[in-house]
This record gives sequence, structure tokens and C-alpha cells, in this order.
Amino acid sequence: MNKVTILEDWCKGCGLCVRICPKAVLAISTTHLNKKGYYPAEVVAPEACIGCAGCFRTCPDTAIEIEKE
Amino acid sequence: MSTVIKKTPVLRDVHLHYCPGCGHGIVHRMVSEVIEELGIQGKCAGVAPVGCAVFAYNYFEIDMYEAAHGRAPAVATGFKRVHPDHYIFTYQGDGDLASIGTAEIVHAAHRGEKITTIFINNAIYGMTGGQMAPTTLVGQKTTTSPLGRDKDHCGEPIRMAEMLSTINGSAFIARTALNTTPNLIKTKAAIKKAFETQMAGKGFSMVEILSPCPTNWGKAPAESMEWIGEAMIPYYPLGTFKEV
Amino acid sequence: MAKKLMKGCEAIAEAAIQAGCRYFFGYPITPQNDIPEYMSLRLPQVGGCFLQAESELAAINMVYGAGGAGARVMTSSSSPGISLKQEGISTIAAAEIPCVVVNMMRGGPGLGNIQASQGDYFQAVKGGGHGDYHAIVYAPASIQETVDMMQKAFDKADEYRTPVIILADGLIGQMMEPVELKEAKDLQLPEKPWAATGYTPGGKKPRSVLNSLYIETEDLDELVDRLFERYAVIEKNEKMVECYNTEGAEYILCAYGTVARICKAAIRILGEQGIKCGLVRPITLWPFPSEAVHEALAQESVKEALTVEVSAGQLVEDIRLAANGIKPVQFMGKAGSRIPSAEEIAERILEMKRG
Repeated sequence: MNKVTILEDWCKGCGLCVRICPKAVLAISTTHLNKKGYYPAEVVAPEACIGCAGCFRTCPDTAIEIEKE
Repeated sequence: MSTVIKKTPVLRDVHLHYCPGCGHGIVHRMVSEVIEELGIQGKCAGVAPVGCAVFAYNYFEIDMYEAAHGRAPAVATGFKRVHPDHYIFTYQGDGDLASIGTAEIVHAAHRGEKITTIFINNAIYGMTGGQMAPTTLVGQKTTTSPLGRDKDHCGEPIRMAEMLSTINGSAFIARTALNTTPNLIKTKAAIKKAFETQMAGKGFSMVEILSPCPTNWGKAPAESMEWIGEAMIPYYPLGTFKEV
Repeated sequence: MAKKLMKGCEAIAEAAIQAGCRYFFGYPITPQNDIPEYMSLRLPQVGGCFLQAESELAAINMVYGAGGAGARVMTSSSSPGISLKQEGISTIAAAEIPCVVVNMMRGGPGLGNIQASQGDYFQAVKGGGHGDYHAIVYAPASIQETVDMMQKAFDKADEYRTPVIILADGLIGQMMEPVELKEAKDLQLPEKPWAATGYTPGGKKPRSVLNSLYIETEDLDELVDRLFERYAVIEKNEKMVECYNTEGAEYILCAYGTVARICKAAIRILGEQGIKCGLVRPITLWPFPSEAVHEALAQESVKEALTVEVSAGQLVEDIRLAANGIKPVQFMGKAGSRIPSAEEIAERILEMKRG
């Protein structure tokens, strides 16, 4: 099972990962702010992740880690 | 057995100051990964420009210089002549390279300087607050082209990759973009090819990377990536312009 | 080493090589051309590297790169070219990188001409670039003195991690004089742990960052404190001056470089007419030898001083500051490249005597 982890306090809520993810695994939180005061990305459909690492590739702040099968 | 994809140690463990959705952070990661993969961290130095990436000397876990505006290729030349068996890259924006630093980049290529240049083209001056750059598109509004760039007034944007590829000293010149997964993959491959060109001592190498600047384009990050595809790529065609 | 008849520019280049300089980045401009020309032939012979840059501005930034990489490095130019280097010199001073910059001054302002001049004193001594910084400034008066100075220039640059400026003029560059060059035995170049020579995480050498940007005021404070503490040490230890015939003199001439040699001839002429005239010649223009100037002028016997320059009056300001009103300091000189004769200088002293 592929596992995506958002390093929440490194995220600036830019949404590029959400845009590029082919499986809608990620979304920008609308409920809580991170330490920087951004609404961070969060994993909303972990089981859908196919481990393509598109999110990791487009993240400007290397705020994502992926465990890939 | 699972593999973990995470930050390379060549990219220092510090928060980047760049705006949300800025392309610099993406390219910083790529350059760092290439340095790690080529195993040259111990013999690699970098030269930061003046512009948004002026703080890049804080972000790479290698020896770094901070150069005066536009002069990174000259600084890198000085370093490379002292340490010809080491590797060096300049990391420059379009104001730094395509405006004040044109003489330095043209002559670094002209001399076939064995250095690599990572050139971020985001069609604007970021650090100083969104002024027109030599790469600003016709009609593009900036703080110094408030009614949109007028080509009769200040000409059409400059295409550095094509220009530098006509110089014999250039051994590898490519232009890529950050707006799609295929283009992200090609960008890192081009950066790696540029460093390999330097390692093989073939001459000057540069990758021009079309990169988003959400803050100064006045567009959300996702929208900025779309704009690269819709507006920038048609004027700045992607591809390899020189490969020796 | 036997004496050799050498042109100033070439002697300077050879002396730099003897002092361990192995990298030179330059650009053609009269009257300093023989320096890059000589270096282009000689440096490869000693395993060094000569590179002609696309501009003087690019050259000083190559010096920044090479000096930051730990090398003994030099550039040279003449007045307009030195103006192009000012931002680079300020950056090098702030990044604490050693290097040597030779200025063969020529007539100014603007393109001026290619004759000798002294119009760049303020630029070199007060700092032609932006911000508060200093470079050690040596002002040679002969080719032999320039040659001897090169070893000191590179040593002091490394010792204090600062740019060192050799402020010469077109005469020194273009004259030929017999010169004795000391063969450089085994040169121990100082360790430069701060230099960019390759960094391995966890290794002995820390990561090198050659930088002059300190965006937080506290950080910039730290840099300027470090720089100015160093400048205070330089001011204490590195002042150089020649006092010639000043003991009990009635008049004191103040001049540097080639003009100081002409003043010595004027002193001989005046001596023959029973007028005792001395010369105070600053050899370091920064740090400026104020105490020696003051002391010479403070003598009972001294009525007045006369500062002689090939400029509209720049050294004279520092002489007046040093004199601090203790004696009147007259000025003789003109902008451009009009070099006074010994007779003209002597005549001026006679006028002052007639009152």
C-alpha cells in the first residue's frame, strides 16, 4: 500500500499537489491552519494513492513523503 | 519492500522563503537530487544570484557563493579556473541572467566555460515586486508595464536558450517547464544532462526553466501553472537547442 | 638577483607571480596593458591561469570567484576600468575575500586621456563602491618600490582577508627602471579554511559561504563589527610613510607616488638656495599616516606645508585633516594629467616664502 505523508508545517497550502494528483488523494484543509498560518494540504483518500509521486515532484517545499510499494 | 521518496540531504533542512507555489523550490529539489545522484556533493559549489533566489546560499548543502546581480557566471568562472576538477553551477533568474547579466552569460558560453547554469524564467522580476523583465511577454501587465508590455516601446521578450545555443562554446542548452508531470520529469533529466555535460568537460551547459510566479503574476499557483502552458510555452518552445 | 631594466607594468606582473599570484583576470585599457599581456604569457608557465574577461566588471567578479576559492588572485586596470570594478570591490570587501587590484591611474574625468594622473585618490582611499568599507591602499613612487610592495600586498590581503589596492599611475606603469626582483623561494601560503575548496558533510572543513548579503540588521551588525575591528588593527599596524629631509625644515611638501619623486628634485633646488624643505610621502594612503604628517608639520621650524598632486586636490584634504589646523596647508595641482616640474614646485615654495 502506498503511503503519502504531508509534512504539515512545511506546507504553504499552494495546492499544486492537489492539482497534479491523478487520483484526488489530496485536498487543502479548510478546517485548520498550520504553524505558518496556511491551510495545509492533507490526505483525504489514502487508499487511492498509486505511488506516482507526482505530488512530491511538484511540491515547491518538499513537504511530502511517499512510501511506495 | 517499500522505497521512501523524501527530501535529499543535499537540500538543507531549512524552510524556503519562497512564496506558495513558486517554482524555485521545485528546481532547488531537482538540482539537489541531481548532485546527490551524480555523487559530486563533496566537489560541487553553487553561485546564487540577486533576485528571489538570492538566499539560495542557505539552501544547498555545498559551498556557496552569493554573487552581485548578473555576475554569477563570472564568479563561477573564477572558481572553476581555480578548481578545474570541481563542479559549479550558477542559479539565476531572468532579471539576473537575461538583463544585467547578459554579457557575463554570453561570454561564459563563448569561452565554453565548463560550468552549468540553471536559468529560472518566470517572465518577471520577483524579489523586487513584479517589474517587467526582458522575458516578460508582450501584453503582460507588470508594475513597470502597467498597461501590458508594448513591443513598440520596449521590444519583444528575449529567448536566451535559442540565443546561447548559437554560440560554439555551448555544449548543452535546453528549455523545459514545470507545469506538468512530464515536463517536471524532463526538467530534472535536463538538469542532470547539463551537469553530466560539465563533468565530461564538453563546455558550457544551461537549462532554461519556465517557472510560475503566482504572487507577481497575480494568479493562484494552479492557475499560474496553466498560464505557463497557455501563454509562455507558445512563445518559449521547449526542447533541446544544443547538444554536443 | 641582478638588476634588470624592466617596464613598470611588467615588473609588477612578475613581482605578483613571485608573491604567489597564480590567477589574473583583466581587460585591455591603456596605460596598464602590459600587465595582462605579461600575465598572459607568464602565468601558464608557472601553472597559473590568465583570463581576459569581457569587461573590467566581469574581471573583478572572476577575482571574487577565484579569491573565494582560496587562490592568490589579482586584477589590474586604469581609472575608467577601476570605476567599473567598484561594486565588485565593495562586494569582495564585505565577503572578506583577499585580492589585489592595481590601478594605473590615467587622466580623467570621463575618458580623459592616457597620461598619468592622480585623480582616483578619493575613489581608492575613501571607497569608490557603496557602503562603508576600506581597502588597504599602497601608493608606490618607483618601480622598485612597487615590486617590493607586491609581496606585502598579497600577504596583507590574505592576513586581513581584504582587497588591497596598488594606486600607481601611468608613469610608473610605462617607465623602465632597473629593478631587482627577489626570487620567490618556497612560498608558504596561509591556510584558508573559509575558502570554497569542496565540502563534505561531517568532514573537517565547514561549509563555505562567500556572501555579502545580511538581510537582518543584527547579522549586518556582526559583519560590520568584524570588518571595523579588523580595520582598527590595520590602522594600528600597517601605516607606512616616508619622511624625507623633514627634520628642522622650514617648509614641508606632501605628495605621493611619482609626484613625490619630483618633489625631491624641488627640495634639492630649494636646498641650493638655502631653503630647507622636506617631504612627507604617505606610502599607505589607507591606513593614512596622520600622526607622521602631524608630527612633521608640528615642528617649530615649519612655517607652512604645500600638498602637490596631479588632481584638483584630494590628498590635500587628508593632509589638512592630519594637520588639524596646526599649520597652513597650501595646495598646488590641477585636474587632468598636468604633471608639475621640480622648478614649478620650487617656485611655488619661493612664492610662499615671499608671502
